[in-house]
Amino acid sequence: MNPLSEMSLSETIRRANEAAAGRTLVVDAPLTLESGAVLASYRVAYQTYGRLNAAKSNAILVCHALTGDQFVADTHPITGKPGWWTTLIGPGLLIDTERYFVICSNVLGGCLGTTGPKEINPATGQPWGLDFPIITIGDMVAAQVKLVDHLGIDQLFCAIGGSMGGMQVLKWATAHPDRVFAAVPIATASRHSAQNIAFHEVGRQAIMADPDWCGGSYFLEDKRPERGLAVARMAAHITYLSEVALHRKFGRNLQDRKAISYGFEADFQVESYLRHQGASFVERFDANSYLYITRATDYFDLAAEHGGQLAEAFRGTPVRYCVISFTSDWLYPTSESRVIVHALNAVAGNVSFVEIETDAGHDAFLLDEPEFFATLKGFIEGCARHRGLI
Amino acid sequence: MTTLRRDLRLIADMVAPGSRVLDIGCADGALLAYLAAEKNVDGRGMELSQAGVNACVRSGLSVIQGDADNDLPTYPAGAFDYAILSQTLQATRQPRQVLESLTRIARHAIVSVPNFGYWRVRLGLLATGRMPHSSLLAHSWYDTPNIHLCTIRDFLGLATDLGLVVEQAQMLDRDGQPWRVRADGRAANWLAEQGVFLLRRAN
Repeated sequence: MNPLSEMSLSETIRRANEAAAGRTLVVDAPLTLESGAVLASYRVAYQTYGRLNAAKSNAILVCHALTGDQFVADTHPITGKPGWWTTLIGPGLLIDTERYFVICSNVLGGCLGTTGPKEINPATGQPWGLDFPIITIGDMVAAQVKLVDHLGIDQLFCAIGGSMGGMQVLKWATAHPDRVFAAVPIATASRHSAQNIAFHEVGRQAIMADPDWCGGSYFLEDKRPERGLAVARMAAHITYLSEVALHRKFGRNLQDRKAISYGFEADFQVESYLRHQGASFVERFDANSYLYITRATDYFDLAAEHGGQLAEAFRGTPVRYCVISFTSDWLYPTSESRVIVHALNAVAGNVSFVEIETDAGHDAFLLDEPEFFATLKGFIEGCARHRGLI
Repeated sequence: MTTLRRDLRLIADMVAPGSRVLDIGCADGALLAYLAAEKNVDGRGMELSQAGVNACVRSGLSVIQGDADNDLPTYPAGAFDYAILSQTLQATRQPRQVLESLTRIARHAIVSVPNFGYWRVRLGLLATGRMPHSSLLAHSWYDTPNIHLCTIRDFLGLATDLGLVVEQAQMLDRDGQPWRVRADGRAANWLAEQGVFLLRRAN
């Protein structure tokens, strides 16, 4: 019998991660979370690209989105697919790894090596499951701060990220304004709207409704709530695309058939596509991580952390911001970016703001959008000149 | 050295080196780029057209997409040394509020306006009976963004109403050359194609 098939999938993921030679920082000091709970120790799995210069002034921190990971610019150890921002990051590319030192770490609560609900709770010797404390965007950033400290970097040249990555960027730049020279929050918001929370709740309920979720302890039963997690992904995936893009891609086209079947098979291509998205997602993602990370984004509210005044989060900021939104993004629409821009204006912050015309929806930040890349390139080069990097 | 349109050059000459500037309606950012390169200015821009904003950010300028009517109120008082509004006041919905905002958020406002009292404009309407055209008023009546046109005299009247001090006024001819003529005189209102004003709030 193939020994691989005897391994639980989470074990496979763990081994694949270790085999991918990703680096891991082990922090043997407690981390007090925003909830008040304390992690006695934790691990931060990360990838780096390029070289840190002697002045340690060329580091770019890339913050990944909800279901992203640290494999931003190299082959994913589980899927074997290229990294999620290989169009942007690499030698000679927009974020040129021959000039910049790029860092990307798996977020706290994640499932690719950083401490999260599927990792072993040292107190019990079992995976954490729902005993894992609730984490926030601020907690994710706190873990990244330890990593940046460990790498000996006082100030990041740039923090950049889309969606939930953009929230981390906002948190970094407001909690540590002296440690971020430039910040690029893309397709994001300063807080989750009721609609954002609502969609996440649908996903979480789908997972919890799966009997294989076992109250969060599926690992003890050697089960995985794959159907629930797949449905969560399918629902979320719809929010990443625009109606126009979905219709252009699939219309009402039928899948491998000439006529409708008068049944509940995937008659339509769009159904088949979503089922595929769900099925491939469960291969690489942990259901409990999905619960924890969606919760972290729901709890994000930068204004609430500053007495209800978002502008207070930015008061006196020396950080150069570039806020980017996409016209067809209805998950984090341009109006959310404008809220951030107006708050920065209110403190006379240094901010650029561009809205990119595209019908690709929220996912546009992951795609090769020429206007997006051109403006981002201009911003980063402008900042690099100010920072004396070019 | 960057070459700059004459009227923009005149505006640039009014800006003190090393100051903080907000350029509203900054188009492709030519003035901001010039001010940054030649006067070491900490410049910000605001532009309505997305193409303009993207061009500015691409060239490393700090520019946001926005417009004078909606976005100026988001800035705090005294945030800038200069707020520049070039050939844009006549296209705003609320010129009076915009002018107030400019002098609130910056110690000085630099405003240029096309003069609807310019003799060619007056003659054009008189002779042809149709809405006047000039190099600064190039649109047809049905698609013009210029919804609040004024004469030099009108503009000075509004400045007085708002209690603003005119620190400098430059009257420009058709070629964008400054005309040595008093802004508040009859001649200016006939002969200047546009006026460039440096204003501040009276203390």
